[in-house]
Amino acid sequence: MANITPSDFLDLAALYAEYAAAVDAGDWERWVDLFADDCRYIVQPRENHERNLPLATLRLISKGMLKDRAYGIRETLFHDPYYQRHVVGIPRVLSIDASGTITAETNYTVFRTKLGELSTVFNVGRYLDTVVRTPDGLRFASRHCIYDSEMIPNAIIHPI
Amino acid sequence: MNDAGIALQPESIWKSEGTHQVPFAAYTDAEIYQQELRKLFYANHWCYLGLEVEIPNVGDFRRTVVGERSVIMVRNKDGGVSAFENVCAHRGAQFCRERGGNAKGFHCPYHHWNYDLEGNLRGLPFRQGIRQEEQLHGGMPEDFSLKDNGLTKLRVATRGGVVFGSFDHDIESFEDFLGPTVLSYFDRIFNGRKLTLLGYNRQRIPGNWKLMQENIKDPYHPGLLHTWFVNFGLWRADNKTRLLMDAHKRHAVMVGVRSVAKPTADVTKGVASYKESMQLHDMRQLDIVPEPWWNGPTVTMLTLFPSLIIQQQVNSLSTRHIQPRGAGVFDFVWTHFGFEDDTAEMTERRLIQANLFGPSGYVSADDGEVIEFSQMGFDEKPWHRAVIEMGGRDTNEAETVASETLIRGMYAYWRKVMGI
Repeated sequence: MANITPSDFLDLAALYAEYAAAVDAGDWERWVDLFADDCRYIVQPRENHERNLPLATLRLISKGMLKDRAYGIRETLFHDPYYQRHVVGIPRVLSIDASGTITAETNYTVFRTKLGELSTVFNVGRYLDTVVRTPDGLRFASRHCIYDSEMIPNAIIHPI
Repeated sequence: MNDAGIALQPESIWKSEGTHQVPFAAYTDAEIYQQELRKLFYANHWCYLGLEVEIPNVGDFRRTVVGERSVIMVRNKDGGVSAFENVCAHRGAQFCRERGGNAKGFHCPYHHWNYDLEGNLRGLPFRQGIRQEEQLHGGMPEDFSLKDNGLTKLRVATRGGVVFGSFDHDIESFEDFLGPTVLSYFDRIFNGRKLTLLGYNRQRIPGNWKLMQENIKDPYHPGLLHTWFVNFGLWRADNKTRLLMDAHKRHAVMVGVRSVAKPTADVTKGVASYKESMQLHDMRQLDIVPEPWWNGPTVTMLTLFPSLIIQQQVNSLSTRHIQPRGAGVFDFVWTHFGFEDDTAEMTERRLIQANLFGPSGYVSADDGEVIEFSQMGFDEKPWHRAVIEMGGRDTNEAETVASETLIRGMYAYWRKVMGI
């Protein structure tokens, strides 16, 4: 693990907790807010990532695209309603540079609960992140969700 | 009306003439599904295996499926493509568990029977028996023939970089299977240029496999279900549309030309998904650049019965492989591709437009969702039937989005082949 101060580590862990809370609450504006102005959000099968195949399940490469996705979830994508619940691991810090930019990764599991149904494992993988310091606190310059799950159970509508 | 339910026999599920009403049992009955595997996937039809670009070098292989049967496609020693079933000739073990790779041959981990890149049995341990005290003991019978004990081979057809296979070695040519109209739209995309592999998406959809064929033979829904299609004119009631079929009506092509102008009130009347005020924050998602080979259409959706959908929607291209896993569920595997002469900008454009498609896509995620809802309805009352009468009750080609003729055509063929 890279040399990170306890204070920076706590800030990073708090960002992860905030992110999970936002996507589990369906607060898509808050989800967008947790990204830096110049940002990327990519959801990609592990096979594509490991074979350097560029296709992603979601490939949002600007804050504008994240806003469009938030609008899409609320207004244009018809889907079965569901809750999602993230269980996110402790950050593993890969590097931190002089400007305070952190690269880190952590494991995640997302459970899905449809109305009237049992909870099921929905998506499992790891986040590979670049996190920058902004006047508002730590924000994601990049969040790359690399999922092990070989099959998406029908559709991924909400952000992972 | 009494609607308390009735017991059904597979051969008597279809109560009406024609195909403008489809019995729910066609999507739920386990025996009908088994017959579909035998009559549609395992005989008389070319099924999708993959793209040649997935296996460029001798020995490259990739695991795929035909119906529910695991199949390996391999670049063989002659530079061609071989395909054989992933079931050991000895005890039936599915010997290859990797997704793909490069191999000199294949061997089964159980008793080490080994096969070459064409699926021929090359040898097996202790075939002559084991020498103990100067004597050979055991071994295979003297008349055991390696030649007669190879893997089950598929007949293979390749065209324009796409690989198809059939367990049925007496099948007609791939070109005859498609027929001239559908073939011309196939060749428009796969015109001999080398493809580039962009990657995969995989989803498991809890619905009958035919619902996905229907979804892409249904020009009626996209302008209603998919806001992005309506708002940005990609598939809308005012598009120039052609609904084409082969002579058997099993395959189809939906051809469209994008509408660039703002839709008139006539087009959006009653269409709740039209969002007049919707503005994208990042227009790169619709940075559409016409390509010379389009030659008119901005969208062509090909349904090759029973296993494949080929998509060109503006700059986004994919094959979508239908892999049935029972009457009520199928896997849907997307392979996105481009062309070798694409600029870096064009590749990036194809990747960004891919946000519209796949299991999270703006115009695809909800297709899987509504298919699941249909299957829920079918499962509850299999004695009932769906109504497929938009555009009439016939199976003629049409030039409007307000038509379900391609679905009726598919079921006319299905009834004939299935004897139902």
